[in-house]
Amino acid sequence: MGSIREFSLDLRLFLKAYRWRRIDPVPWSPLRRPVRESRLALVSSAGFVLPGQTPFDTTVRGGDWSFREIDATASAATLRECHRSHAFDHAGIQADPNLGFPVDRVREMAADGRIASVNRRHISIMGSLTATGRFTKETVPQVAGLLRQDEVDIALLVPV
Amino acid sequence: MCNQAVSLMAAELERSGISTVCLQLLREVAEKVRPPRALFMPFPHGYPLGRPHDVALQVKVIASALRLLEEDDSPPLLRDFPAPDESS
Repeated sequence: MGSIREFSLDLRLFLKAYRWRRIDPVPWSPLRRPVRESRLALVSSAGFVLPGQTPFDTTVRGGDWSFREIDATASAATLRECHRSHAFDHAGIQADPNLGFPVDRVREMAADGRIASVNRRHISIMGSLTATGRFTKETVPQVAGLLRQDEVDIALLVPV
Repeated sequence: MCNQAVSLMAAELERSGISTVCLQLLREVAEKVRPPRALFMPFPHGYPLGRPHDVALQVKVIASALRLLEEDDSPPLLRDFPAPDESS
């Protein structure tokens, strides 16, 4: 388990005072078909971009709320991490992006028949969002629209 | 913050008919924000799937998360990794 004790005193005090968004009511979509017959998309908040994509902007107050589409055929080795947070150790996800965005793992699992397929795109965000207004009003509905249009059945979401 | 962001995204995907499962690194945050399905990871921030280049562990984490999708319970569904029967 991660712990708030991992963080600096300043960050712990900030988190203690922070007003977390509460999902209420909690929405629920039962599985449409078994996992092994499902199409999967990943959403990672580790701030990865592909070569040629604009990096996340680390200077936006409240956090860059934009998203990047990650072609599902991309190898993890090509992903570049640009998460702005100093609150965690970046060495692991830089050494192996699959640790925070397991694009290679899910392709292997599709090849092994553990899921039916990987969606043609995954979604990358930079999760260091203290202000969530524009993220929930703009990014979240856009991403949901794209994945619905792709007929994605299941999504695995990975924070960092 | 990452934990909250993916949880808010998961909620909208569920409203769109997509079944979701979120890895989570902070129990306190998940209990406040309440993602629909969450798997608590016993790893520090920056290491959500465990260890770099540990393919077997990463696959085990993903498989465990996907098993949550097949549980028929009421939301929010919060579980620990590894489940008691997966700990060996």
